Amino acid sequence: MSMLSEGRPTRQEDNLQMTDTGSITTHTGNRALMVDEPLIFEIGSPDRSGVDLPEAPPVESRLGGLEREAPMAIPGLSEGETIRHYTRLSRQNYAIDVGLFPLGSCTMKHNPRLNEKMARLKGFADIHPLQPVDSVQGALGVINELAVWLIKLTGMYGVAMTPKAGAHGELCGILCIRAGLEARGDAREVILVPESAHGTNPATAAFAGYKVEDIPANAAGRVDLEALKARLGPDVAGVMITNPNTCGLFEPDMKAISDAVHEAGGYVYCDGANFNAIVGKVRPGDLGIDAMHINLHKTFSTPHGGGGPGSGPVVLSEALAPYGPLPFTERHADGHITLVEEETVEDRHPHTFGRMSAFHGQMGMFTRALAYILSHGADGLKQVAEDAVLNANYILRSLEDVLEAPFAHSGPCMHEALFSDKGFTNELTTLDLAKGMIDEGYHPMTMYFPLVVHGAMLVEPTETESKAAIDQFIGAFRSVAERAKAGDERLKSAPHFAPRRRLDETQAARKPILVWTEDEDFAQAAE
Amino acid sequence: MSRYFTDEHEWVDVEGDTATVGITDYAQEQLGDIVFVEVPEVGSELAQGDDAAVVESVKAASDVYAAVSGEVVEVNEALEDEPGLVNSSAEEDGWFFRLTLSDKDELSDLMDEKAYKAFVDNL
Repeated sequence: MSMLSEGRPTRQEDNLQMTDTGSITTHTGNRALMVDEPLIFEIGSPDRSGVDLPEAPPVESRLGGLEREAPMAIPGLSEGETIRHYTRLSRQNYAIDVGLFPLGSCTMKHNPRLNEKMARLKGFADIHPLQPVDSVQGALGVINELAVWLIKLTGMYGVAMTPKAGAHGELCGILCIRAGLEARGDAREVILVPESAHGTNPATAAFAGYKVEDIPANAAGRVDLEALKARLGPDVAGVMITNPNTCGLFEPDMKAISDAVHEAGGYVYCDGANFNAIVGKVRPGDLGIDAMHINLHKTFSTPHGGGGPGSGPVVLSEALAPYGPLPFTERHADGHITLVEEETVEDRHPHTFGRMSAFHGQMGMFTRALAYILSHGADGLKQVAEDAVLNANYILRSLEDVLEAPFAHSGPCMHEALFSDKGFTNELTTLDLAKGMIDEGYHPMTMYFPLVVHGAMLVEPTETESKAAIDQFIGAFRSVAERAKAGDERLKSAPHFAPRRRLDETQAARKPILVWTEDEDFAQAAE
Repeated sequence: MSRYFTDEHEWVDVEGDTATVGITDYAQEQLGDIVFVEVPEVGSELAQGDDAAVVESVKAASDVYAAVSGEVVEVNEALEDEPGLVNSSAEEDGWFFRLTLSDKDELSDLMDEKAYKAFVDNL
């Protein structure tokens, strides 16, 4: 037994030999670093404050007796208490800085700290969108240079930088399509969306006022080209295709699809959420795509999922670029950059469909994305796609003997591996496996999506994980999958080791309590 | 009264000119716990195959299609407060809406109970 010169054994197995930790309780209910943190309202008190404000002078009320008399329900905490509260909560959280985050289609890659350093430079961080353009030439230069990179990487004609996230970008693209059709006096009603598309695609089309029709997937998990061709006609405004799609597969018929849609007078929208898998390898412009959003927070490593805002620039074909939104940057021959806005639009960009964002876009994300692009270079970005695809295929081939991979027989996957729940016994489900992964110390994979696969599990490791990290993940995934197939009853009550046990998702969706209140009767009435 | 089924897992009870539509027990089983149901507005005209209602479970949101064409005359308002009725009684108390049939011939496109059972067994 290894011992310190004084004190207790240091190796874990020695500790386990000495005590059965399951039977130990603590006075506080805490378990070492894992603190059972109350709600902020339960620890706050009105007589405490993080700031020292002067006594308010008497004010003659002009509210006609409607002024508040009761104290405001704001928790009072000192600065130290506030920091401890949120730091303790954050330790119960899972984040990309804690471990591999295998959420399929979300591209949870490492957020390089170089990006953060660049975004915090005063010239980028401490400026205002209404400053005179002469005083922010550097920041406008970042937007412009990123725009040029995005156009080059996609082989497209123009780019709208202002959309704030993927779905916002989809809306921007569909509004461009609508503007393009209306400009030629050809209002159409229908947008076709394949089953393998992202869930936001039909929502976007419906929000923009289109009727949405599904196009089935074929047995290989791709768009059924013949079914698509058969549906095309003078009422079809366009198609929305996710490529690579949500089965983690490349759509090899993309050019044929684009040609057929164009021939029928429609436009092609591509959901570029999975651009990570093809950046530097395939240029969407060469595939006949008219509009595609790029998630800077996926492909170009800017933080997301609670870690920061998204950003969804939309690249546009020559046919749709004239309709793109305001404002955008314009670099003049002398290097000076100006903004094309409503005041200057008449002679610069008269066909724009308008504005969908108050200002230039997500500046902080532009800086981070450009830092990522410049630190990788064109060759490095190509390797990003190669490594992302290699990592996903390593997972696919390492697990296909234990989990059914419905489309694996049709060849390699792209950036994400898709498994089904086939072979699970004892009524165990994908949800149970996901909860088991929490006990193993992982955020679960995307589950029950795409809908075309029963009990789908979609795993995306991204290029930023090492082989050692992926091997460890595979080991955990294999172990839990084997338990699901063997019908391990204990999986039904997982997670066992998380700060909270299994949550009642049904009750949370049906009767959520969204407002804290001291009054228990009220809380019960809300139920 | 006769009961018909669609390959989108809806059932249709026909009594005279009135059809009652819901989702099948197989469908609720596949969806899992249902947390939200959106029914069509009374008075809306539906064509066969139109999106008629939305059902949302802890797993996914799905459209419920109009199995037959007609005007919606009544909706199951109990589902708003108690979407779980679809889980506990999919083919009775968990019905979605009633419509007045505009084209009885459309019923010939649908399956009877035996054909639907065979269809489900093959899935």
